[in-house]
Amino acid sequence: MRDKISSSPVLSVVSKILFAPIIIFGLYVQFHGDYGPGGGFQAGVIVAAAFILYSMIFGLSKGETLVPIMINRYLMCVGVLLYAGVGIVSILLDGMYLDYNVLSSDPSTGQHIGIILVELGVGITVATVMIALYHSFASFGEVNE
Amino acid sequence: MNFLLINFFLISLLLITTFFIFKTTSLISVVALTGAFTLLCSAIYVNLDAVDVAFTEAAVGSGISTILMVMAAAKLPEGKKNKLINLFPSIILAVSISLILIIIIANLPLLGDPNAPIHLHVVPEYLKESKDFFHIPNVVTNILASYRGFDTLGETIVIFTAGLGVIALLTSNTLNRKTNFKKNNKKNER
Amino acid sequence: MVGGLFIIITSQNYLKKVVGLAIFQTAVFVFFVSLAKVLDGTAPILTKMENAYSNPLPHVLILTAIVVGVATSALGLALVLQIYRNYETIEEKEIQSLELKSDK
Repeated sequence: MRDKISSSPVLSVVSKILFAPIIIFGLYVQFHGDYGPGGGFQAGVIVAAAFILYSMIFGLSKGETLVPIMINRYLMCVGVLLYAGVGIVSILLDGMYLDYNVLSSDPSTGQHIGIILVELGVGITVATVMIALYHSFASFGEVNE
Repeated sequence: MNFLLINFFLISLLLITTFFIFKTTSLISVVALTGAFTLLCSAIYVNLDAVDVAFTEAAVGSGISTILMVMAAAKLPEGKKNKLINLFPSIILAVSISLILIIIIANLPLLGDPNAPIHLHVVPEYLKESKDFFHIPNVVTNILASYRGFDTLGETIVIFTAGLGVIALLTSNTLNRKTNFKKNNKKNER
Repeated sequence: MVGGLFIIITSQNYLKKVVGLAIFQTAVFVFFVSLAKVLDGTAPILTKMENAYSNPLPHVLILTAIVVGVATSALGLALVLQIYRNYETIEEKEIQSLELKSDK
């Protein structure tokens, strides 16, 4: 089960073709969130969906070589710390916690930078948590026995 | 008028789906029906002008959540057709709660009333500032990351913690009580 | 919403209980978003034209709540899987009888 590679060539070819466009769409949603519907939460889920598709089609161990579990767990922490770190930086720049006005000389630009960084943190956290959820559900009952 | 008709249609579909989720015993069918349920919900959100929410519901609710539930259902045994438990008290509870909710909803402002209290406070400022000061067209992103930054930080931490919890629950060996439990059972049988 | 509550209480299967919880949650979300609707308004993405926008604040709250809801229901599913590994059943009555047997 764990190393079973999908026998259908249709599935593997289609998923190979779709993998890059899904990630690009995720990045578009991530950075276009200011102007249209979208943002960190949705983008994270879309990027995670690409990786989940990959490990569903090509087997779990291939998916693990693509995104090693430990790196995934570190990235989970990096996302949250990026969000919290933006707050700390704005304290160091004589602002209040999560006050983006001080991040740049122009408050409006500062807000833009802050929002993009924060959304990036949210996106990284959501994507890695979803991949981690999938991996732990899929490998349940096979690691221990 | 059109809006109300579409809404009514979608909500009646939701009710039908809920009824069938309640009736089905096969776990895979329940999971598939839940996916349909969340997709219908995202249609309702589009109808209510909440595009961001609809996007999230379509991606998260009917995408990832259905995948996770399928993964779980594949590892679980087929659902058995068991007798419903607590049937009588739960009917009383359901009827009384729906009566209370209907009374409350009758007192709410009409759907889509622009002068309802929720539209008069704080939000006009958000809309105005977002246009004149931030130059960010999508107000939802703006409120999410800037005005309600603390909220979103908290939510992110909740997601992170839930992920940690699932990893801890599913990949640890210490929680496996099976051997112990079986021994106890055998002792009792003797 | 009441349907979700009904499923939680009456089904014996734990997976169905988790699904019932999700339905309950979604009903609350729909209610919240319906409060934000303004008649003849558009989605809260600002354009050059002056028109009415629906209220973005409930949208923000629900958007985060949906993702959190999925994360928490995944936690619930993980608990169900652990219960299955330890008891080899996920029906409430059977687990009760097993527990009673092991207590004697």
